[in-house]
Amino acid sequence: MVKDSSSMAPRLTDFCFPDAPEEDKYSVCVHCGFCLEVCPTYQAWGDENHSPRGRVFLIKSCAEGELPLDESVIDPVFTCLDCRACETVCPSGVQVGALVEEARGQVFHARRERGDTNALMRLFLRGVFPRPGRLKAIRRLMRFYQKSGLQTLARSTGVMRVLPPQVREMEDVIPEIDAGPAIDVLPPVMAPKGERKATAALFTGCVMDVFFSDVNKATARVMVRNGVEVQVPRDQICCGALQVHAGDRDMAREMARKNIEVFEQAGADYIAINAAGCGAALKEYPELFHDDPAWHERAVQFSARVRDISQLLVEVGFDPPKAELPMSITYHDACHLCHAQKIRREPRSILTSVPGVDLREMPDSDRCCGSAGIYNLTHPVMAGELLERKMDDVPQGVDAIVMGNPGCMMQIRLGVKKRNQQLRVMHTVEVLDLAYQREETP
Amino acid sequence: MRDAHIDALVNIVGERRCLWNPNQVRAYACDGYTAESAIPRAVVFPESTDEVAQICRYLYEHSIPYLPRGAGTGLSGGATPTGGEVVLSLARMNRLLAVDFDHLRAIVQPGLVNLTLTRRVAHEDCYYAPDPSSQSVCTIGGNFAENAGGSHCLKYGVTTNHIVAAKVVLPDGSVIDVGAPFGDAPGYDLLGLLVGSEGTLGIATEITVRILKKPQALRTALAYFDRVADASDTVTDIIVEGIIPAAIEMMDQLAMQAVDKSNYHVGYPHDIEAVLLIEVDGLAAGVDEVMARVVELCRKHNVREVKVAQSDAERALWWSSRKMAFGAMGRLSPDYIVQDGVIPRTRLTEVLQKIEAISQRHGLRIANVFHAGDGNLHPLVLYDSRVPGEAERAVQAGSEVLRACVDAGGSITGEHGVGIEKIGEMAYMFSADELQVQRAVKACFDAKGIVNAGKLIPLPGRCVEVKHARDIIEDHWQILNSFPDQAEVQVRGARAHGAGAEHTTSVQG
Repeated sequence: MVKDSSSMAPRLTDFCFPDAPEEDKYSVCVHCGFCLEVCPTYQAWGDENHSPRGRVFLIKSCAEGELPLDESVIDPVFTCLDCRACETVCPSGVQVGALVEEARGQVFHARRERGDTNALMRLFLRGVFPRPGRLKAIRRLMRFYQKSGLQTLARSTGVMRVLPPQVREMEDVIPEIDAGPAIDVLPPVMAPKGERKATAALFTGCVMDVFFSDVNKATARVMVRNGVEVQVPRDQICCGALQVHAGDRDMAREMARKNIEVFEQAGADYIAINAAGCGAALKEYPELFHDDPAWHERAVQFSARVRDISQLLVEVGFDPPKAELPMSITYHDACHLCHAQKIRREPRSILTSVPGVDLREMPDSDRCCGSAGIYNLTHPVMAGELLERKMDDVPQGVDAIVMGNPGCMMQIRLGVKKRNQQLRVMHTVEVLDLAYQREETP
Repeated sequence: MRDAHIDALVNIVGERRCLWNPNQVRAYACDGYTAESAIPRAVVFPESTDEVAQICRYLYEHSIPYLPRGAGTGLSGGATPTGGEVVLSLARMNRLLAVDFDHLRAIVQPGLVNLTLTRRVAHEDCYYAPDPSSQSVCTIGGNFAENAGGSHCLKYGVTTNHIVAAKVVLPDGSVIDVGAPFGDAPGYDLLGLLVGSEGTLGIATEITVRILKKPQALRTALAYFDRVADASDTVTDIIVEGIIPAAIEMMDQLAMQAVDKSNYHVGYPHDIEAVLLIEVDGLAAGVDEVMARVVELCRKHNVREVKVAQSDAERALWWSSRKMAFGAMGRLSPDYIVQDGVIPRTRLTEVLQKIEAISQRHGLRIANVFHAGDGNLHPLVLYDSRVPGEAERAVQAGSEVLRACVDAGGSITGEHGVGIEKIGEMAYMFSADELQVQRAVKACFDAKGIVNAGKLIPLPGRCVEVKHARDIIEDHWQILNSFPDQAEVQVRGARAHGAGAEHTTSVQG
């Protein structure tokens, strides 16, 4: 019964498309199971199939031709939140996130070959996010929808009921969209205050600039305030993280190439990003170019310059605000900040540098809130359970929940709304920016 | 395939808590011991004692083999469905049912994770003492089945010392209570029999455990030794001196390398043979003095450097580094088998030399991690299942390591259980008559022999096979002349006075 290792004839695998999960990645897993208890889906269901160890085992089995690429593999690969909590605990350093993303790539190819694709999904992955013009048009439409009274009308007539509940819920918490996205409103180059410590090209992102362009503007202001010259490259596009998560890796590669070119031309010391999910995707661009040495090298160079805004501020040295900001807050660790980018200390050191801010840690602050890209739209039940647990963990009596990712901000806004709480949902740089503004207007 | 039996299981637990499609049960083909695997017939997820009883009753009545499974972190293949069993996953029975802080008792469901129990009682400064390295994921039910140990068992004892009562579903589905929450249950010690029975005699569905008050203070030291013999002598001296540390752990250079490549990097020197991790606990007034004595003893035995943790973070890192060592083996090798031999502490240096010889003879690296205070070795045989013949060589090397432990007067397992991995060695350790008594006990509980069969106690046929194989191997050994005479009398004589017994008493201390 010991595995017969002598009959290692090559077997057929359903991972027959390019860019398949690599043996070097799954063979590192020794099946110890230390990842089980940090995995949100395993915690909820207790099913090995929906655990990191289980997913890696299934991916390996499929790669080795022991399992077909059917629902037994596809389902667990897509229930994964890609939160990377398993990577934080894994003693052997298994890149579960990358394996799951590569496996989704195989599923994407297989479905396309069968003509079995979701038209709406395809429209967004290929038709909207990669095209800044269309994204901006949607932004304008949504602003019109909010401002014209259409939103009020839609809600009062009940026409919204045609939408699935999870979409309806999200519609309910969309922040008020302002006149212009940061990429249009901010000047192409902003000179730093005082001595120039570094230059940074701001990555404005798609969701962030549609829903939270204020955060982008605040990000630019705090960099300028701390001696960083800020550039805003106009031709940049969405980072491609959603495409990677959905398995559309060809599209993601195309988008990555475009961004690499644009930011190579900008030539800044740093590429500054304030969205954890995008930051992780940008830092992982090299993963997309295994089979393309030239682009791989350019991706490596690009990634080396990417910094989360909290990381950048700590690295160049930021001024602790002098004005008091009396506020009690708690901090939620966005998965793609703490697990994927290993950034935990920096946002906290920024927040606690603000006089008057009282940071009260929540238990399991690094457990996923259920947002996970578009997971809250594709797997609403699981996402809802995770949101409930997150909201349960928020300490009593805080004024705001602070985090570093727009997806989490939307999700937690929903949590606050559902519970009817008087809680602000803020980005880390917004707190710092608010404190700086108080210095000017005492 | 879906058949009437699957329908019956679905009737008990519902569609969503029963997996039966062969592709969807594949993830249950093995536990933490990956050298062998097999596809289960189905996986069911009961949520109550009643559901477990109904499932067991049905399966037993229809003579369908089954086995229980916790988190699947076992290291001896106890949850591997080698007979195509129905797997009862107890992962969803993970509730803390009751806590009594006045009497320091907790009642838990079997799927509750070991460390979760500690976390849930921490607000009253309490904890659950047995701490296997996998404590962050392994379940109390699994600990019950394997009589799990852990680093701190040197002072506090293994699982059996911490379980006082249990509700158990017997193989035929009947439900009994064993043990007593307070005092000693009269009659035969059924609880003692069930703890460590590796899921072959029944399934515990409610477990009453002792919880302890946290010690007032603790001190943790890390000591680097140039020579393993010095580290080993230090351990002996500490215990002979009458100091009972909470834990004394040792790792060798290869284990240090693996874990230093992981997220739990300590930065061990590359040219030391052994590191000791020593913890003392007790009253605040005494720990510094005891630790000072421990440090002195390290110095006496030529320690290169010894340091005491200056913060909780430092202590936590040192412990993570030790506890994650098995899982970090993926940094060195795609597969490993971890052994679990016990030896008399004083013979460590000699047994390590034998292990080194076994490693060289098979051309496989062996990393060593031990509960040094207990003389409980965890040699990790590294192999690559993709290389033809390596898996077989690794299993053989592991078996030779265990024999070396028995020959030194020890045992084949300290805490991981026999499972399928060490079942061959049972016949090396026990006579045919002794095994027959064990089989008779099994038959009392499971006359049909269908509950986790083929684990722990070798079946008679297998026993003969194993003995035959052993004779052949021994002939070869004698030709190679690399091992001392294997006369059974000598082995058994040594065992009677050896570390097997000592291990048990020391952990009860």
